[in-house]
Amino acid sequence: MNSPDEDQILDAISRWLERDVRPQVKELEHADRYPESMVATMKEFGLFGATIPREYGGLGLPAGTYSKIVTRISEVWMSLTGIFNSHLIMASAVTRFGTEAQKEAFLPRFASGELRGGLALTEPDCGTDLQAIRTRAVRDGDDYVINGTKTWISNGIHGSCFALLVKTDLEAEPRHRGMSLFLAEKGPGFTVSRKLEKIGYKGIDSAELIFDNYRVPASSLIGEAEGRGFHHALGGLELGRINVAARGVGVANAALKDSVRYAQLRKTFGKPICEHQAIQLKLGEMATRCEAARLLVENAARIYDAGERCDMEAGMAKYFASEAALENSTEAMRIHGAYGYSTELDVERYYRDAPLMCIGEGTNEMQRIIIARQLVARNPA
Amino acid sequence: MKALVSIKRVVDYNVKVRVKSDGTGVETANVKMSMNPFDEIAVEEALRLREAGTVTEVVAVSCGPLACQETLRTALALGADRAILVQTDEELQPLAVSKLLKAVADKEAPQIFIVGKQAIDDDSNQTGQMLAALTGWSQATFASKLKIADGKAEVTREVDGGLATIRISLPAIITTDLRLNEPRYVTLPNIMKAKKKPLDTLTPEALGVDVKPRLKTLKVVEPSKRKAGAKVADAAALVDKLRNEAKVI
Ligand SMILES: Cc1cc2nc3c(=O)[nH]c(=O)nc-3n(C[C@H](O)[C@H](O)[C@H](O)COP(=O)(O)OP(=O)(O)OC[C@H]3O[C@@H](n4cnc5c(N)ncnc54)[C@H](O)[C@@H]3O)c2cc1C
Repeated sequence: MNSPDEDQILDAISRWLERDVRPQVKELEHADRYPESMVATMKEFGLFGATIPREYGGLGLPAGTYSKIVTRISEVWMSLTGIFNSHLIMASAVTRFGTEAQKEAFLPRFASGELRGGLALTEPDCGTDLQAIRTRAVRDGDDYVINGTKTWISNGIHGSCFALLVKTDLEAEPRHRGMSLFLAEKGPGFTVSRKLEKIGYKGIDSAELIFDNYRVPASSLIGEAEGRGFHHALGGLELGRINVAARGVGVANAALKDSVRYAQLRKTFGKPICEHQAIQLKLGEMATRCEAARLLVENAARIYDAGERCDMEAGMAKYFASEAALENSTEAMRIHGAYGYSTELDVERYYRDAPLMCIGEGTNEMQRIIIARQLVARNPA
Repeated sequence: MKALVSIKRVVDYNVKVRVKSDGTGVETANVKMSMNPFDEIAVEEALRLREAGTVTEVVAVSCGPLACQETLRTALALGADRAILVQTDEELQPLAVSKLLKAVADKEAPQIFIVGKQAIDDDSNQTGQMLAALTGWSQATFASKLKIADGKAEVTREVDGGLATIRISLPAIITTDLRLNEPRYVTLPNIMKAKKKPLDTLTPEALGVDVKPRLKTLKVVEPSKRKAGAKVADAAALVDKLRNEAKVI
């Protein structure tokens, strides 16, 4: 059940989606063009401050409401949620671990969308094993000088500020003690080397970022203490996983909705295909996956909003919902027959978008490992 | 100058309406409700007048059950300054609504009262006109353009033959047509702000208005189902059918 507030919020979002987004998705997506005007509306809607506390100019929405917004948008175009999601994870690192001065300096600008960006963790040689990163920051007076390369960074081209994970101590043991998280605004020494081409998740830019003697003031080190970066970066991942899970629900729902409609319109052997048992089995499974995925997301969000640890629940939601999206998009394609394989319908987009959610924000292999570890930790023999 | 706008809570335009099994009306339980689209246009127009500096305050009024508060919140989120609910669970017919709106107009003394030309549920298209009769104010119905200057309103009206532009004195009742404007979006920050705006509640009794229904609905039925189409062999057969069966050529 949604609260009246949530209904009003989701209603506002839906109107925008139906009036301005849905009619344009195909063209922008196929051209891999950045949705400038939609981003402008997203700013007006306050989405860049959705989970930022109100005292810093955000909407202060709980994860529960936020994830419903993400699902709703993903039902129409999943890519759009990427434009504000990693941005909000960056903001949450500042909210949770930043100094008061950092909160005041950054959060209001993040919330208004004036300063947008995301997370820069992954490097060409490591994604899952973040402790192996090589980007390095060396203290020089009141500054740090940073050298290294980050890749697959969402919003890399259109964003201008990133939570940048670096090594400040190469010798530290365990390795994560030598890691720090900076707020890096674009400037001399911080360049985008290239836009990465991908099969889906189009419209939003994924880029490689180069840091070549890039200087940041020491005041941009989140929490102003070295060695906490790994912890800070992982701290945002619970919300990040809830978000990716919510996207999965959206894509899974969209695939189901299109399939339910098409199965009633398409006739073979004298009846609509929804009356053939083979199709009914698919629809039944797809709908159940949607419902289960949604409930897992709601559960993880509820625990997150209660301020409790939810890495296991968020991991379950992320794993299950992203696989649901992938399975539903494949089944939708089968149900649509040749039309599912056509670039004129939306089904092919779900099919291209879904796999990202199995990889990003911690691969699904890792999610299951995290779930198992927690399971063991919570149930000692 | 103060602007009043009236807001009706109706079944959302995307909902496929179903007739109640006993034929007394349409199903509204567990059905998505929202602001009558013509009223949204009314709110938008009032807001534009305020943004242009012509109007200083926009007050949204709704008549109906407590749930209308939600619809008024939407008006506040769109930008109205405050809202008034005339709360009643009684079935309200156009004349009753007009009387209630007149009573509110007497209290609020607006210079302009913008009303949707009709509500998408009952399509009565009466409230604005009767409100004008009851108040004795000028009226301009089916507005597709509105300009206010020197204590007069210049209104372009959508009439059968095209467009008619009239000038009327204030205070006035304006009813909105579809092309008057394109309403803005409700944004999330404005939903939050709207929670702090005043929403007062009145009752028909307090306003001294008798809202008892004067008309009796005898029966409500589903529109008849569209008949299945037929395929014709060639153009000649089509012409024959159009001429002899459909009798349209
Ligand atoms: C479109 C897109 C957008 C992205 N956006 C961002 C972004 O904004 N910021 C950012 O920092 N990163 C981003 N990423 C990177 C993403 O987070 C990584 O791709 C992801 O973490 C996986 O890392 P990897 O690609 O290096 O795979 P690897 O770590 O090389 O993994 C390869 C395979 O090995 C498996 N594997 C790895 N370790 C183990 C283990 N211990 N046990 C079992 N299996 C294991 C993995 O599950 C995977 O199947 C993005 C990626 C994509 C595709």
